[in-house]
Amino acid sequence: MVIPEDRQLNIVVAVKLVPDTNADKRIDPQTRRLVRSAAETVLNPFDEYAIEAGLQLKEQLADGSSVTIVTMAPESGKEVVRKALAMGADRAVMLSDPAFAGSDVWATAYVLAAGIRRIGFDLVLTGTQSTDAITGELPGALAEYLGVPGLTYAREIHVAAGRVRVKRETDTGYQTLSAPLPALASITKSAAEPRFASLKGIMAAKKKEIAVLRLADLEIAQAVGGDGAKLEVTELTASPARAAGKTVTAADGNAGARTIVAFLKERNLL
Amino acid sequence: MNFDLSGDQQAIQDLCREFARDVVAPQAEALDREAEFPYAIVRQMAGLGLFGLPFPEKYGGAGADTVSYALAVMELARIDASVAITLAAHVSLGASPFYLFGTEAQKAEYLVPLARGEQLWGFGLTEPGAGSDAGATQTRAELRAGQWVINGTKAFITNSGTDLTGGTTITAVTGTDAAGRSEISNIIVPQATPGFTRSKKYNKMGWRASDTRELSFADAAVPEGNLLGVRGRGLKQFLQILDGGRISVAALSVGLAWGAYDEALKYAKARIAFGQPIAKFQAIQFKLADMRMEIEHARVMVMKAAWEKDEGRDFALTASLAKLYSGEVSRRVVNEAVQIHGGYGFMDEYPVSRMYRDQKINEIGEGTNEIQRLVIARLMGL
Repeated sequence: MVIPEDRQLNIVVAVKLVPDTNADKRIDPQTRRLVRSAAETVLNPFDEYAIEAGLQLKEQLADGSSVTIVTMAPESGKEVVRKALAMGADRAVMLSDPAFAGSDVWATAYVLAAGIRRIGFDLVLTGTQSTDAITGELPGALAEYLGVPGLTYAREIHVAAGRVRVKRETDTGYQTLSAPLPALASITKSAAEPRFASLKGIMAAKKKEIAVLRLADLEIAQAVGGDGAKLEVTELTASPARAAGKTVTAADGNAGARTIVAFLKERNLL
Repeated sequence: MNFDLSGDQQAIQDLCREFARDVVAPQAEALDREAEFPYAIVRQMAGLGLFGLPFPEKYGGAGADTVSYALAVMELARIDASVAITLAAHVSLGASPFYLFGTEAQKAEYLVPLARGEQLWGFGLTEPGAGSDAGATQTRAELRAGQWVINGTKAFITNSGTDLTGGTTITAVTGTDAAGRSEISNIIVPQATPGFTRSKKYNKMGWRASDTRELSFADAAVPEGNLLGVRGRGLKQFLQILDGGRISVAALSVGLAWGAYDEALKYAKARIAFGQPIAKFQAIQFKLADMRMEIEHARVMVMKAAWEKDEGRDFALTASLAKLYSGEVSRRVVNEAVQIHGGYGFMDEYPVSRMYRDQKINEIGEGTNEIQRLVIARLMGL
């Protein structure tokens, strides 16, 4: 598929609803899943960078291109999704069905891909990871299921002449990559800081559409939810409590420093 | 009965909480120390639409309700009372009079840029010799050749001298009524009016980053059309303005108390004494429990007053009760918050030290505790 140069883009930002990092968390010992309550659910902070990148692209193109938010989450998360609309996204689609519960990253990517195909897309944006599962695998899995190039860890993104170009961050420097649309890019935290939702945005978001798609609305050809998950959490244990530190008492600062240096050298830490 | 916030109320609270934490908090200590007006923060708040929060969209506002406004002030005050009062004074005292009493032409000229946050505006009621006794206003405005010629002095006027300030609306004696009493009216005085000068910023104990000045009028002349509302109704009009203002000042007190409680709780969990965090000691637990109880009580009162206003009901009594109570709660809470911090609470690098100084004015500004009790007694029919 070749996207003509002058066509408006459907930018789809895939987001995740995660437990508020500031809230106390509890794991259900039976299911080994996090107990989620609607009041303490927030937009995955990493995804706000993808939303910001999508909004900036839309503003730069200024040709009627739109930003659609997609998430797989229970409907109770509607007000959380509305925050993305308050930031300026045009509409949102929630993929909500009890059958999706228990999905691992692969099953989630599969359902998201089905939803995104149904919405229609030219460019899919994601964050780099979620603050809860922290696998960082979703962008790759989603690109795979959508059958499009995945340009991961982008700190800058541009669209022109039917192609997407990203500046990519690596351990040692930067790469600039380009691919034809449709494509997927994951956006890092070194991209532009996410904007605050303005009062105007908050009031406008009340009138924006949040559509809900169920299992039956999507073309799903394989098991999803817990049944479709390839990964299983077999055990959860708390990390061992840290042992009490060692206190060094010395006659003066120099003597104390020498003792500490010797201690660190002994353990090859210096 | 429903205590849940609506979707947009929640979103506005979240916005202000995040903005206060991410943008305001890192600057709060320095702004207080240098007594520096927070221009960068104010410009960002203007961009977010906070300065027009409760005004209709057709006047440049966001069309949100009073509950949302109280939540916004509360969240900002939790981090920095100077920033919170800059917003509260602008909305309740600077912009509201135009919304309540302005003609359509005055709303277009003055309210719209204020709601957009392009300008700030002051409200000049207090004088060096007329505070609680506001009827003793000495400032006079005489109508001469189609102009109000103003002479007098105003004291403690918030937002009156920033680079963004467009002017101040003042109360002035414009004549005497048939019974020989002073006739008081509200007059709009733009910043550039010849004869209208502002002093340097006061050096204050608290709210140090906010802009507060003394205003002088020496034959300052403005057009006759700068009368705001009805001639002779100035006293009545400002009493109505202050009713609404009490909700925001009460919200500010609750926010300040809440911020001090946040700090005290954090400190009590981290500070080790006698081999364990001091939060494990009943003496500290009881303090924190009492602080929490009083904040919750005050917060519910503020929310109720705001809700009554949104419902179009008479909210004057609840607003006065909330203002008085939350002011006193903020004093007890900041005091205990410093006490829990021990000697560190006396040091400037701990926010509770600033909060302790910022608190006192909550019991003086916009009606002292004593005047508040008078207002309440009168509303009780005494």
